[in-house]
Amino acid sequence: MSEIIKVGMADLKTCVSPNGVTTLGLGSCVGIAIRDPNTKIGGLAHIMLPDSKQIRNSQQNIAKFADTGIAELVSQMEKLGAVRSRMVAKIAGGATMFSFQGRSDMMQVGDRNVEATKKKLKEMNIPILAQDTGANYGRTVTFFPETGEFHIRAVGRAEKII
Amino acid sequence: MGELSLEKVSETYFDVLKEIGNIGAGNAMTALSQMLQCKVDMKVPQVKLLEFSEVGALMGGEEQVMVGVLLGVEGDITGSMMFLVEKESAKHLINKVMMGMAPEGDDFSEMELSAMKELGNIITGAYLNSLSTLTNLQIYPTPPALTVDMAGAILSVPAIQFGVLGDRILLIQSQFYDEIEIDGYFILIPDLESYSKILSALGIPVE
Repeated sequence: MSEIIKVGMADLKTCVSPNGVTTLGLGSCVGIAIRDPNTKIGGLAHIMLPDSKQIRNSQQNIAKFADTGIAELVSQMEKLGAVRSRMVAKIAGGATMFSFQGRSDMMQVGDRNVEATKKKLKEMNIPILAQDTGANYGRTVTFFPETGEFHIRAVGRAEKII
Repeated sequence: MGELSLEKVSETYFDVLKEIGNIGAGNAMTALSQMLQCKVDMKVPQVKLLEFSEVGALMGGEEQVMVGVLLGVEGDITGSMMFLVEKESAKHLINKVMMGMAPEGDDFSEMELSAMKELGNIITGAYLNSLSTLTNLQIYPTPPALTVDMAGAILSVPAIQFGVLGDRILLIQSQFYDEIEIDGYFILIPDLESYSKILSALGIPVE
């Protein structure tokens, strides 16, 4: 029997096929699914903020930030036997949930999260195979390392697989 | 002043916020009852400091569809304020505002969304008003923005704001009734600098 492992907000989990990983209701946060297709070891991180270095008291939960969260997920996958050079990623989320005229900064945190995620993945030489980011709605995502399918559900929209 | 974190200010702030929450939510309900022209009863609001992972569960799961109204806060303190209500409850409230003329159906029409925005505006406005009166600080809400989406996705917005400070989120749950029981949630999200302003305005020393 396969199991779907739940990842909370500012959290990350690894899994091995046939199991999958899911995170519910991604808003401005970004879900990063990484997989090693040979070993079928995968993982999902649900990050909230772009950069741990911009936070004054950052000795907190490392899964919260794009930079530290992705590094931690990759290292946990490596411990399970995944190989970095084979890893590929898919990303989703980073929505702008509320739109205000003229008010920016906090509202664009979704975009900044996506940007920081891409930067970190590039730095680690992990290619992004597909993405469903931005727009103005929340997403529930489920990742299956067996096939690499990343299922995305949203309110009032058909499920899509990237 | 040392590093301010939500964990550190939380204890004093928690008590103060409970009181503000009580009064604020009370004012909000009075405003609501005037708008709906009916009696609205409420329970004592509960102030909760929750881990990010617990917030979704409180509202019936991360995928529970909610209506969220978000306003910016300007003036002596800055930040934002959110009011959340479950979708069915929102439908009920909107229908009341529209004197029972709201269209049937699962989605919200433009008119309904606009009515809900106004409701959110009045409820949060009354809440902020009492905060302003208690602290003697000038607090102005900016025009509201509204979204209908999964609880987790809506909550990511305040959670990210709180995430800068710590790993928990502070919210006020207020239950009220007219004909049906409605759970409403207030989340006040002051910017980092505004925490100490609120506390000192209330005569609480900030270390």
